Amino acid sequence: MRPVDILSSLFPAGHQVTEAGGLLSGNGRLDPQITVDVVGISGKTYPGVDEALALAGRILSIADRPDPAPLLFLVDSGSQRMSRRDELMGLSETLAHLAKALWRAEQAGHRTIGLLYGGSAAGAFIATALACGSLVALPGAWPEVMDLPSMARVTKLSLDVLKEKAAGTPVFAPGLDNLFATGAIAEIWDPARPLCDQLKALLAATRDDDGRAGWGLERGGRVKAAAIAQEVQRLALAHG
Amino acid sequence: MENLRYELSTTGPAGGTRAVALVGVVASGNLEVLLERGEAPDRCVIDIATPAHGFAALWQAVTADFAARMAAGGLRITINDGGARPDTVALRLAQGVRLMEKPE
Amino acid sequence: MTSPSPTRHSWYEESARGRLAHLLDPGSFTEFLGPERREFSPHLGLFNLPHQLDDGIIVGNGKLDGRPVLAAAQEGRFMGGAIGEVHGAKLTGLLRAARQMKRDVVILFDTGGVRLQEANAGELAISEIIRATLETRAEGVRVIGLLGGRAGCYGGGSLIAGCCSALVISEQGRLSVSGPEVIETNKGVEEFDSRDRALVWRTMGGKHRYLIGGVDLFVDDDVAAFRAGAVAALERPAALNQAVLAAEQARLERRLARFGDAADGAEVWARLGVPHPATVPDLDTSAFLTIATSKREGADAAR
Repeated sequence: MRPVDILSSLFPAGHQVTEAGGLLSGNGRLDPQITVDVVGISGKTYPGVDEALALAGRILSIADRPDPAPLLFLVDSGSQRMSRRDELMGLSETLAHLAKALWRAEQAGHRTIGLLYGGSAAGAFIATALACGSLVALPGAWPEVMDLPSMARVTKLSLDVLKEKAAGTPVFAPGLDNLFATGAIAEIWDPARPLCDQLKALLAATRDDDGRAGWGLERGGRVKAAAIAQEVQRLALAHG
Repeated sequence: MENLRYELSTTGPAGGTRAVALVGVVASGNLEVLLERGEAPDRCVIDIATPAHGFAALWQAVTADFAARMAAGGLRITINDGGARPDTVALRLAQGVRLMEKPE
Repeated sequence: MTSPSPTRHSWYEESARGRLAHLLDPGSFTEFLGPERREFSPHLGLFNLPHQLDDGIIVGNGKLDGRPVLAAAQEGRFMGGAIGEVHGAKLTGLLRAARQMKRDVVILFDTGGVRLQEANAGELAISEIIRATLETRAEGVRVIGLLGGRAGCYGGGSLIAGCCSALVISEQGRLSVSGPEVIETNKGVEEFDSRDRALVWRTMGGKHRYLIGGVDLFVDDDVAAFRAGAVAALERPAALNQAVLAAEQARLERRLARFGDAADGAEVWARLGVPHPATVPDLDTSAFLTIATSKREGADAAR
């Protein structure tokens, strides 16, 4: 789905969301009572220090408001921008700051919902979609930690061999289904139904602590993580 | 991965009282060796996992030499190999037995 | 805090276990889920790669200068310290325990980021670690990071570091999202010549990070110096709230306004007022700190 179609399906009563420099900003009305703040990264933009800081600034100003308006983060990005300048200026701090801003908004009472409708990869994925309190996706989204041709180069395995291995496990290959199986994504929405209803249903459900490892176990894509984390936690508490 | 197991008779029981020791890391040309107790005092069992296939004869020679030189009785040894040369393997095994002799 | 022992003992060259042994009070460390528990990665055999029994990270508790802490150390020589499912989950579990116990955490970073062979699980683990770190800090618990390992602190590892309450770095420590080789592979040698080691240090090395306020303490590449640095970092505040993040936003915006058009680390240092910026890489620790202390951008707990 294109951002314009997503926004009209989310906000049938209208929205004021604008795009500038690959970033989305504005708000929409889910119904007469609920206004939703919207931020986003669109058009496969590779966020660098400037984009990450602009997004974080907007998110922190929302977090600072006393109302409980939800925050929707639309994501169609590349990986982090790979450049000398971005690293010179401390991209790691800036992306971490963006993740912190999203966490802060959630903590301050604004539900943060990531909606992955296009690509996202590597550090950009961690600091945007994965840093939201809840992450949903639309079919056709294409999250990837690393693309298979790059993996083929590093592992010195042929693309065909990698594809064959990928068929047997969701743990390394790119794509929505694989990320869903590992527990990264709460729900995959149905584009044939109004997105506003699906967002309302999500907002109506309470959000618990980070349950993504549990989903990974249920869905069979990441079966050890939950038990390992629990066991370390248990041992630490037992040792006082 | 190739998995090998050697069950060796030894010159004598391993010294010390330490229950577990670990030496080395799994890196190119290196290996990790985990030593635990629990075998009969005249026996040493070595389990090896290596990505380099077809070197069983070499492993057999290195481990047999180790069992003949060091008092390793009672030890259960686990090796994860990163493609180490035989002299590095011998060194790590000796380091591991010496570490088991030290107090924790 | 940098007083190196007469016989310097390199942090960079030490193993993860060796670093922990030198960092913590002697005999105080207890490992959780150690190698004898055999909780290694289930995903490496698929690639005919050997596993390591602790999956490249050691987690446990101990004491630092008498103070109880939880500690995690990454082994940069095993798969470049890369973060996979088990490795990541061990750190997540430790951080969750820290939150419950209100016990400070020390992370000895040494990582290239996500482990390729289990990329999805590793990426998600990093997101879980970040969330656990922030929730732990929100309880007033310190999470400090030590940066001086062989593999540096790259990729998702650098984002975890960016969420710590205080960071200690040595000149050898490198902190960056995309590594030099990654930038060169994707953007060409004109953008970044990864073989130009001086460029690497000027762009992402410990001295640059300290000068721009990306880290809080600069120490010698020495185990005793890192121990002293960790003790000092544990005195820094842990608070993470709206005011801290607003201050961080202002700090990072100011950095971009001041240095955003600088072409090189040396140009940034010149704008800071560092005399003879080209000589910064050659300065020893005490000479560097003498200059840096008065000229650097501090983070002032805004992280």
